[in-house]
This record gives sequence, C-alpha cells and structure tokens, in this order.
Amino acid sequence: MNALRRNVLKGATGVGAVAVAVAAGLLKPTQAMAAWNKSAFEAKNVSDAMKGLGATSPADSKEISIKAPDIAENGAVVPVEITSSLPGTTSIAIIAEKNGTPLVGNFNLSGGTQGFISTRIKMGQTSLVRAVVNAGGKSYMAAKEVKVTIGGCGG
Amino acid sequence: MAEPMRIRATMAGDVADVKVLMNHPMETGLRKDAKTGQLVPAHFIQEVTTTINGAAVLNAEIGGGVSKNPYLGFKVKGAKAGDKVVVSWADNKGDKNSAEATIS
Repeated sequence: MNALRRNVLKGATGVGAVAVAVAAGLLKPTQAMAAWNKSAFEAKNVSDAMKGLGATSPADSKEISIKAPDIAENGAVVPVEITSSLPGTTSIAIIAEKNGTPLVGNFNLSGGTQGFISTRIKMGQTSLVRAVVNAGGKSYMAAKEVKVTIGGCGG
Repeated sequence: MAEPMRIRATMAGDVADVKVLMNHPMETGLRKDAKTGQLVPAHFIQEVTTTINGAAVLNAEIGGGVSKNPYLGFKVKGAKAGDKVVVSWADNKGDKNSAEATIS
C-alpha cells in the first residue's frame, strides 16, 4: 500500500512540470492572482469582509451545516467541514469572526462540485465560525461557536 | 517551493471524493518570530484551482487563515474512475505548484 503510494507520488512530481505548463496555458494563474479578493481578505472585521465578498445581510439558513469541534485544543489547526444542501450553491466562504483578518477562504464551486468543503483553519481565539453560501444569486449564512484553548495566530 | 502535493481521489457511489494536502508554511504576516521579535513576512497560498478532465470544479481563494500545510476536501458529482484531477496553487510571492492524480 505504502510502496504504491510512493510510486503514485513520484509519478505526480514527474508530470508536475507538464501540469504547470498546462495550467499556465489553460488556467492563466497570473490572471487568477489578480482576481484575488484583496479587500475582502484584508478586511479587519466581519462586516467589511462580507462587503468584500458582495454578501450583504445574508439570510440565516438551516440548510447549511458546519462541522467543527466545540472545543479546539489547538487553534492553529481547527478542522472545519461545511455542507450546503441549498440548490445551486456556487460558493462557500469561511469566516472566523475574531481573527485579525476574519475571512479564511472563499471556495467557488463549478461543474458537478457539491456544496461541501472540508479544510483546516487557524483561529486566534474563541469565536463564531461563519459559513457564507451563495446559492441561486442569494447569500445565506450559518454560524457555529468554536472554543479555542490555545490560539493559532500570533502566539 | 516545489514540494510534492498529495492528492487522493476516490469514487463513493457516483460522487468523487477528492482530498488534497499541500505543502506550504502559510504565514499570515501577523506572527512574530519568537527569537528576533520581528514579524514573519506573509507567505501564503492565495489561489487554488482544481480541474477534472480539464473542466474547472473548484476555484478557491484563501488567505492566511488557513492552517499550515493546507488540507482541502471536496466532492464532485458526475466524475468517474479514471478521470484526471489537476490541482494547482499560487501564493502571494508568485510561487506556483501543480500536481495531478487519477480518480480510482
């Protein structure tokens, strides 16, 4: 099993150069970089971050579920899973309310990608974790409190 | 910074479950070095793009709030075994990396 995994990884790095070339041609990462939502990511509070995302006064929705620990022992690594069963979910943003820069990430889904994102985030202190979902041109929101015993930012 | 990225893509019913583990320090630019007291310069992934057989499935903009060595999991309906998953990222210093895997 492990030997197989090694081989797979070797294969992946070998073709990496080709993939970069392909990506450069097809995906134009330079353009994508320019599109990085600087104002939203550098916002220092939640309302500015929401404004940057273009999500003003999102409605609370029970169709969004946030799976995160009630108590995170290590704020540097807090596993968060967001599931949106709203039809036509096009993007999911994660906001950790009391972080220096609250917006953690904005995930744009296309093709057959389902309304599900799993990742790990940093949290400076106990706060609400918000999920802002765009579905059918409207914004929806859900929140869950995560208690942090050791902060992951600054320190 | 061209360290390998791990991708695992498996089919669960008619949904492909894709898990990606990237190697990156993800410095926010707000943390101080414990020894020198200087701020550690920001260095984090800003953009992650994922395609399956050339079609975009996920385009993530992330900030320094994502943990070191970012993990990303998502599910794609309509993909099938043998499809090629390509994941590439770019960070705030212009570094890029890309890797691909086959759905099994």
